[in-house]
Amino acid sequence: MTTTVPAPAGTGAPGRATIAARTLRTDRWWVQPAITVGVLVAFIVYSTIRAFENANYYVEPYISPFYSPCITTACQGDTFPKLFSGPSFLTPALYILIVPLGFRLTCYYYRKAYYRSFWLSPPACAVAEPRAGYSGETRFPLVFQNVHRYFFLLGLVFNAILTYDAVLSFRDHEGRWGHMGLGTLVLLANATLLWLYSLSCHSCRHIVGGRLNNFSRHPMRYRFWTLVSKLNARHMQFAWVSLFGVALTDLYVRLLATGTITDLRFF
Amino acid sequence: MTYDAKLRVWRGDADGGELRDFTVEANDGEVVLDVIHRLQATQAGDLAVRWNCKAGKCGSCSAEINGRPRLMCLTRMSTFAEDDVITVTPMRTFPVIRDLVTDVSYNYEKAAQIPAFTPQPRDADGNHRMQQVDVERPQEFRKCIECFLCQDVCHVVRDHEDNKKVFAGPRFLMRLAELDMHPLDNLDRRKVSQENFGVGMCNITKCCSEVCPEGIHITDNAIIPLKERVVDRKYDPITWLGAKIGRRPHS
Repeated sequence: MTTTVPAPAGTGAPGRATIAARTLRTDRWWVQPAITVGVLVAFIVYSTIRAFENANYYVEPYISPFYSPCITTACQGDTFPKLFSGPSFLTPALYILIVPLGFRLTCYYYRKAYYRSFWLSPPACAVAEPRAGYSGETRFPLVFQNVHRYFFLLGLVFNAILTYDAVLSFRDHEGRWGHMGLGTLVLLANATLLWLYSLSCHSCRHIVGGRLNNFSRHPMRYRFWTLVSKLNARHMQFAWVSLFGVALTDLYVRLLATGTITDLRFF
Repeated sequence: MTYDAKLRVWRGDADGGELRDFTVEANDGEVVLDVIHRLQATQAGDLAVRWNCKAGKCGSCSAEINGRPRLMCLTRMSTFAEDDVITVTPMRTFPVIRDLVTDVSYNYEKAAQIPAFTPQPRDADGNHRMQQVDVERPQEFRKCIECFLCQDVCHVVRDHEDNKKVFAGPRFLMRLAELDMHPLDNLDRRKVSQENFGVGMCNITKCCSEVCPEGIHITDNAIIPLKERVVDRKYDPITWLGAKIGRRPHS
C-alpha cells in the first residue's frame, strides 16, 4: 500500500524558493487589518448593547434605525404597524437586525474586510495565513455567503422603511406636518447613505444587468448597470460611511431620548 | 545622481538557496530591473533572471520586491530610500528553477483546461457581429499580460499547495468570466467554473487586483460577477425556475 504524505503548506512546499520568513514585506501591513478589527468590534459592542437596551430608541418624531421597522406591540415607535407580541425577553430590535446584519455579513466588501482582519486569511497580500487547510466558500457555513442577493432585496425594503421614517420626521412631536430639526437631517442622511450602500452592492450590479451578455439588446438595463457600476466602484466607502451613519443616527436618537441633548429645530 | 543601492537577492535553485547581500550602483530614473542587470553584469554573471520588454508589457520579470509581488521593470528605484535594503526574491508560489526564475507551467496547464471560445453560428452573410457595448467588459480582461503576479499573490494557492489541483487562480477565473460574458460565446461555463476551476475557493480578498500591473479590476469585474453567475445557476431557485420555463435564458 502506498501512503501519500501531504505536501507542506504554503511557501515552504517542495520546489519553491527556500525562504523561511512568513513575509518579506517591510511596510506596516498589519495596520489596516488592525484598524478594521478595532472599528468592527466597536460597532458590534455598541450595537449589541443598544439592541438589548430596549429603551431610548424613540423620541417623537425620531426613531432609531436599530429599532425600525417597529413590528412588535411592545415597541414604542408609531412608524410601522404592530404585527405581533413577542416574548418580553426579546427586544423589538432583535427581530429585525438579522436583515441588516445578514446583508453586511454576506457583503462582498465586508467579506474581504473580515476574512483579512479576523480570519487572517490572508492578513495582508503576500503575508502567509496561519492555517494549514483552506476550503474557501465551498463548504458549510461559508457556502451560505451565496445568499447575499436575498439580504440585498430585504435590505431594500428596510431602506424604504427608514426613508419613510425620515419623511415622518417632518412631523412635530404632536404629529403635525411642517417640522424640521437636526434629527430630520440625521435620519435623511442615514437613509441616503443606506441607499447608496445598497445600490452599489455587487449583487445589485448583477441583478440590474450584470448577468446579461448582450447589453445592446437591453439598453435600459445597460444604463442601470452603468450607473450601479459607478456606485459599485465606491462600495467600500459607502459600506463604512453607512455603518458609521447607522451608529451615529442611533446615538443621536439615544441622546435625545435620555435628555442629554435637545434637538436643534429649524422650523 | 548615482548612489550605492543595497540589495538582498535570493540565489539558489530547487535544492535550496539563500538571500545574499550585494551593493550595486544605481542611477536616477532606474528601475529595479536595471539594477539587477547591473548586478548580473558586474558581480554575479550567472544570476538567472527572466525579462524581455522592460516596459511592463511582456509580463516576464515578475518577482517579489520587499515581499510584494511586482514587475521589476515597473518598480522605480526612486520609491526606496537610498539606505533601504531592497530584497528581491522569485515568486514564492511557483517552483523555483534558479535564482529569480520560476517554473510557471501550473498556469499554462490551467489555461489549457479551460473550454475554448465556442461561437454561435455566423450571420447569413458569413460574418460574426457584436456591438462595442457588448464586448467592453471582456475587453478589460484582454489587457492581461500574463505576468502571473495575481496567481503568485493569491493565498488560495500561495499558502496551500494542494489547492493547485482544484483552483485555477484569479487569472483563469478572469478568463472564464471573459468567455462567459462574451456576446458571441455559446457555452455555459458556470458549472465548470464552480466544479473544475474552484471559483468558490476565492474569498475575494482582492490581492489579485492590488498587484495587477495593468490595473484590471479582477475581483470586482471578473470574479464576483462570475460568482454571481454561479449563484444564478446553483443557489438561486427563482433564477433557476426562470431559466427552466424559458423566461431567463443564459444570454
